[in-house]
Amino acid sequence: MNRFWNYWVVVLTAINIAGALWLLWATSRKRPGHQGPAEETTGHTWDGDLSEYNNPLPRWWLWGFYASVIFGLGYLVFYPGLGNFAGRLGWTQENAWAADVATARKQSDVQLAKYDHMNLDTLRHDDNAMRTARNLFANHCAACHGTDAHGSKGFPNLTDGDWLHGSDPATITTTITQGRVAVMPAWEGIIGPEGVEQVSSYVLALSGHPGDAQMQRQAKAGAEQFATVCVACHGADGRGNIALGAPNLTDNIWLYAGNIETIRETVAKGRNNQMPAHADILGATRVKLLTAYVLNLSGATDEEREEHEANDSPEGDAHEPTDTAGTQAH
Amino acid sequence: MQQTEHYNDRVVRQFALMTVVWGIVGMLVGVVIAAQLMWPALNFDIPWLTYSRLRPLHTNAVIFAFGGSALFATSYYIVQRTCHVRLFADKLAGFTFWGWQAIILSAAITLPLGMTSGKEYAELEWPIDILITIVWVSYAIVFFGTLAKRRVQHIYVANWFFAAYILTIAVLHLVNSAAMPATLFRSYSVYPGVVDAMVQWWYGHNAVGFFLTAGFLGMMYYFIPKQAGRPVFSYRLSVVHFWSLISLYMWAGPHHLIYTSLPDWVQSLGMVFSIMLIAPSWGGMINGVMTLSGAWHKLRTDPILKFLVVSLSFYGMSTFEGPMMSIKSVNALSHYTDWTIGHVHSGALGWVAMISVGSLYALIPRLYGLDRMYSIKAIDIHFWTTTIGIVLYVAAMWIAGLMQGLMWRAVNTDGTLTYTFVEALKATYPYYAVRVLGGFMVFCGMLLMAWNVWKTVSSVKHGPDIPVLAPAAH
Repeated sequence: MNRFWNYWVVVLTAINIAGALWLLWATSRKRPGHQGPAEETTGHTWDGDLSEYNNPLPRWWLWGFYASVIFGLGYLVFYPGLGNFAGRLGWTQENAWAADVATARKQSDVQLAKYDHMNLDTLRHDDNAMRTARNLFANHCAACHGTDAHGSKGFPNLTDGDWLHGSDPATITTTITQGRVAVMPAWEGIIGPEGVEQVSSYVLALSGHPGDAQMQRQAKAGAEQFATVCVACHGADGRGNIALGAPNLTDNIWLYAGNIETIRETVAKGRNNQMPAHADILGATRVKLLTAYVLNLSGATDEEREEHEANDSPEGDAHEPTDTAGTQAH
Repeated sequence: MQQTEHYNDRVVRQFALMTVVWGIVGMLVGVVIAAQLMWPALNFDIPWLTYSRLRPLHTNAVIFAFGGSALFATSYYIVQRTCHVRLFADKLAGFTFWGWQAIILSAAITLPLGMTSGKEYAELEWPIDILITIVWVSYAIVFFGTLAKRRVQHIYVANWFFAAYILTIAVLHLVNSAAMPATLFRSYSVYPGVVDAMVQWWYGHNAVGFFLTAGFLGMMYYFIPKQAGRPVFSYRLSVVHFWSLISLYMWAGPHHLIYTSLPDWVQSLGMVFSIMLIAPSWGGMINGVMTLSGAWHKLRTDPILKFLVVSLSFYGMSTFEGPMMSIKSVNALSHYTDWTIGHVHSGALGWVAMISVGSLYALIPRLYGLDRMYSIKAIDIHFWTTTIGIVLYVAAMWIAGLMQGLMWRAVNTDGTLTYTFVEALKATYPYYAVRVLGGFMVFCGMLLMAWNVWKTVSSVKHGPDIPVLAPAAH
């Protein structure tokens, strides 16, 4: 605020407060000659019977008013208010917030210190650690992935054992700390509406939904398109590529939705999916706790995961969406 | 002076009856949206019936249609009675009635259609804003014209408050509604970012201070001494609380934006001036309540007086509560919770609606040459349903608000939040139910009032022409 506006604020504030004080003082003092008996009106009458007494201001009210003004002036001495004057305490809402956050952080850091040196497997079987991790998940992850971690359209289900970017603990940690970006380009301009239709039918068929005769015809043509344009990311067999976050299209797990309309939309317009980086927000210990929690979510013990990989049969709730464009962690 | 001059009560009658109609409409919409918060399916997936569109319809209907019509009616009535002249410019006065109804009607159409400028309590789009300006300037001409030709030297205190409210609302409306039209029903505010927010709440809070407070204090200053048959308690208290109220209110807007990107100094001034507003607000309450001293026995027999006195109690309560909520650390807890909704309704139902209803019960028989309403018993029942309804509503929202504030800020020892948002919402449901019940009771009271008014008015074929009373000689 420049000097003019600074003085503008200060002077107007001062005038208004001083004016109120003057008014109080002027009306509350005894005026000789004006002090009629209490039961006498001011002498004016309106509408037949409307008149006014001129009782003195109630003392408690008057002193209450003075007290509120004194409080106000005191506040303006200690806190910012009078233009550029910062107040004696140097208080700002940003500082107050930062101090609160720092205090809270310090307290919880002490609480979490015991987990600093525990390894993932220990954490995964530590009830207290997992209770904290559940809280962290509810605070930081649930907004997108849901309280139950089942995800929603565009946000992967973390409980189905299907992983867009890879399932080993180091990868999950990376996903949480650095976030993920996975982009599927829009294909409508390149393969045309007809091509979109064909590829979509093919993709649906890949997951075991061949559809009617017409869709099967389209899927056949779509297979050729797929081999030309989709193969680069999703692979010749449509099983995706975790290095790119390109989803497996054969497992009937859908990131957006497993119906022809949604697939059509994905193929035509592309997808751009992001998970934000959490390193600065959470710090290493909390990331570790969440990694352990996410591993538990998918129900995968290390042995189970190995089994999965051996059988190469990703399981998952058929109704849970996944896929089409790449995304996030899992 | 011609001895044959009569008061212009036609326009007063029109506004008075429409007050009842709009009261019912506005409160019905209120009950509907309160029920939608309980049962979201009640919007039937119809866009026009969604909470987001009905909520501004509710606020506009109760504030500007119900409250506005009550203010037009009483200010036109009171300024004639206390100036001892007929209303200035009959035709213009008639225009303000039809103009105001047209504005209400266009609000009732455009808001459900989703046409809104997005500014709270100023949602109407620019063509309607222009109509408001024209009607309001006409209102000012009629009111100040009447004041100018008054036959008594001293201006009665009620008229100070009406004058302040009319002038200030004109300024607030013009400044806050300044916008660049893009299409016929779309415009963009001329103010950028946080300046826009500040202008909006400067408007918003002074709409409370001048429309919902000063205007209704004008009502109070006429109908309480009239109904009690007692002189106003203290002229000098009127002077002090009038000037301090209107000057200090101007600063209080920023308390709606505490802990936002509004600069600290503005937030502090908003808070400090809000605290200093307690006494000026209470000055009006004291002047009203003390006017009754010596006439307390009338409360036993006169339910109208009960309405007026209880409205002052709610006024005192909410004007103490408001400044408390403006204190930064209290605001950190109360803001964005249903406590705010409780506060607003203790003011809007407890103060504004009750003083209006009480005044109308006193006013309507007089406008039709009768000495009382058709049923005094019905007034009494209306009083009790309204009072109990408001207490239920406000208490439910207080508890809900405090609970939400505490749940949102509850933190576990590991630094995480104890509750998710939806848990706090779930915990609020019982209070939403009580709120629906309370609001429904208030609404039913209005229906009873409509019946009572109909029974009173329908027996009279033509509203009488009442001759202007000669000023008292002194």
